[in-house]
Amino acid sequence: MKKMDNTTRYERLRERYMNGDLDRRSFLGLIGAAGLAYGVQTPFAKYAHAAVEQVRFDGWGGVVSEAFREHAFDPYTKATGINVVDGTFGGGDEYLSRVKASQEGEYNIAHLSGVFDYARYHNLGLSSTLNEDNIPNLQYVIPKLVDVFRKVTDGKLSCVPYDYGTTGLAYNRKHISDEEMKEKGAKILIDEKLKGKIGGWGDWRTRIWFGSLQTDQDPNGATDMEAVWDAIRKHRDLSLKYWSSGAELMSLLAEEEIYVTEGWSGRIYALQEQGHDIGYMDPPNGYGWQECLFVIKGSPMEACEELLNFMLEPATSIAVAEGQNYPPALDPTKVELGDKIPTLPAFDPTGTLDGLTFADPEYWNGHEQEWSKQFGRVQKGY
Amino acid sequence: MSVEAREARQPWILLSPALGAVTLLLFVPLAFILVYSFWLRTATGADQVGFYLENWREALSDAFYRDILINTLKIAAITTIVCALMGYPAAYFIARSKGNKAILLLLLMLPFWISYIIRTMSWINILGVSGAFNSALMTLGVISEPIQMLYNETTVILGLVHFLLPFMVLNVFVSLEGIDTNLEDAANSLGATKWQSFLQVTLPLSLPGLAAGGLLCFVLGAGTYITPIVLGGPTDAMFANLVFEAIITQLNWPLGSALSLMLLAVLGTLVLIYNRYLGMAQLMKGLG
Repeated sequence: MKKMDNTTRYERLRERYMNGDLDRRSFLGLIGAAGLAYGVQTPFAKYAHAAVEQVRFDGWGGVVSEAFREHAFDPYTKATGINVVDGTFGGGDEYLSRVKASQEGEYNIAHLSGVFDYARYHNLGLSSTLNEDNIPNLQYVIPKLVDVFRKVTDGKLSCVPYDYGTTGLAYNRKHISDEEMKEKGAKILIDEKLKGKIGGWGDWRTRIWFGSLQTDQDPNGATDMEAVWDAIRKHRDLSLKYWSSGAELMSLLAEEEIYVTEGWSGRIYALQEQGHDIGYMDPPNGYGWQECLFVIKGSPMEACEELLNFMLEPATSIAVAEGQNYPPALDPTKVELGDKIPTLPAFDPTGTLDGLTFADPEYWNGHEQEWSKQFGRVQKGY
Repeated sequence: MSVEAREARQPWILLSPALGAVTLLLFVPLAFILVYSFWLRTATGADQVGFYLENWREALSDAFYRDILINTLKIAAITTIVCALMGYPAAYFIARSKGNKAILLLLLMLPFWISYIIRTMSWINILGVSGAFNSALMTLGVISEPIQMLYNETTVILGLVHFLLPFMVLNVFVSLEGIDTNLEDAANSLGATKWQSFLQVTLPLSLPGLAAGGLLCFVLGAGTYITPIVLGGPTDAMFANLVFEAIITQLNWPLGSALSLMLLAVLGTLVLIYNRYLGMAQLMKGLG
């Protein structure tokens, strides 16, 4: 049956009144009631609909955003009528400041890096609880990646794992051989022979992780922090520059401003794809990390869960992974990942990720306040 | 209401939109920052509301902040001097040129059409190991290996000069434009050489413009944080970088607020001193 619109309804009512089938009092009463119903219902309906009219996603931009837009956001909007507003950020710290300054519900889903960020958001009261039944594609995700998040939020999830990678050693093969890298490992970053040709990420966690490796300590449990700070100072004095973005890392290596630095596996793979003779090596206890899609407290949960399910769809995950050169969180024993992904650095065909060392969120977040401040001083020559 | 009372109210009515905007967009946020500076950051990153003096005590007594502040003022001062030395001749040339003044001023304004970050990053392509300068020197056979020129304090100053030079030129230009050229002619007719008439007539009369340009260059230079990030080495940081790190990296908004107010107080004092002795009128002319 065809649905009657309000105009037709009014015209029929008026016709009945004009034909004498309806007295004047009833006609005006019905018109008044209709007006009242519209007046009362419309403003509230507007608010009810507004909650699910759009979902905001914030990520790292570039090829990843393009892949999300094509493979997840547009199909999601087509299927649900809910728009995805796509924002970007330069880093997790900057984004957290924005979320902290926002109203609840303003930001919804974020492509966060590291379990420690997940724990940080949770500790600040920004986590939500996902209804996993609404995300059937979660079954394809590597269980180990899911479990680490569950530990932080008492068995529940506020995110779904999305991809993983490593921060390893990147070096210019014209100047440093594979053999030398194997021999020196992380200590190549404090090799005086390379003074002025060394780089490093100006991120306190990464600096302390590699400082721990350079002093033969467990990166998730260093006992001699003075030795670590000394290693960081030595690295600082030998470095040309601390880089602050993936684009800067690639530029410094490609332009041969630096010969060696630690680097993100996907970015180094991209350099190799461009034809640069840059080697990549994960030293023993190299820095493994995973990224997740985190739903922030106050978000429209069902709409977000449905979007996460779209984003975890194997075709979408694979397309994004191929774009950003980081393996997806999908379990290779359950999902066929195509030709390119098995060639990416850090990819684990077994799906166990036993070869990667991840940051222990308790250890790192427990020292965050002290170490981030101390690194700020060491970085500036203190 | 009497005519006098109405006339007395009129300027305030006309000023009210601007005063409202300044109050809402400057004084209210500043008040928030001031309040924040007395809060504390907890271990989780959340803020502890209250009245604590720890941030101020740390900002004012820690040698680390003092040293970076002094270094920032040093870099801003060097930048201002370089801008003055480079900007004055350029402004003089534009002010005394005949016919093509508009084109020269347009050329001066051209860099403002390009993002400051892009302009700063352009130096990487000019001074980098495989940049234009090294390539030219190697092609000419002057050097056999590229020279490492980037990522030090000199390149930070270079980037700041690139950014701030137009402000200096414009201020000096406005000042020179206001000088009656007959005064120079009169000095010459009384036996002064061109150089003497410049030193004893033109330069003293243009000093307010030079001072206004200097103040702008100094204040803007001391408050920058992008240039050291893009063109500086590992230890090249300015005070604004500390504010950025406290607020963004350490999520310590209370300490960041105290540090930003500290920088504001130092630069605000300079502006007040300038206003006390030279007045703001010249600065407004230059900005206009």
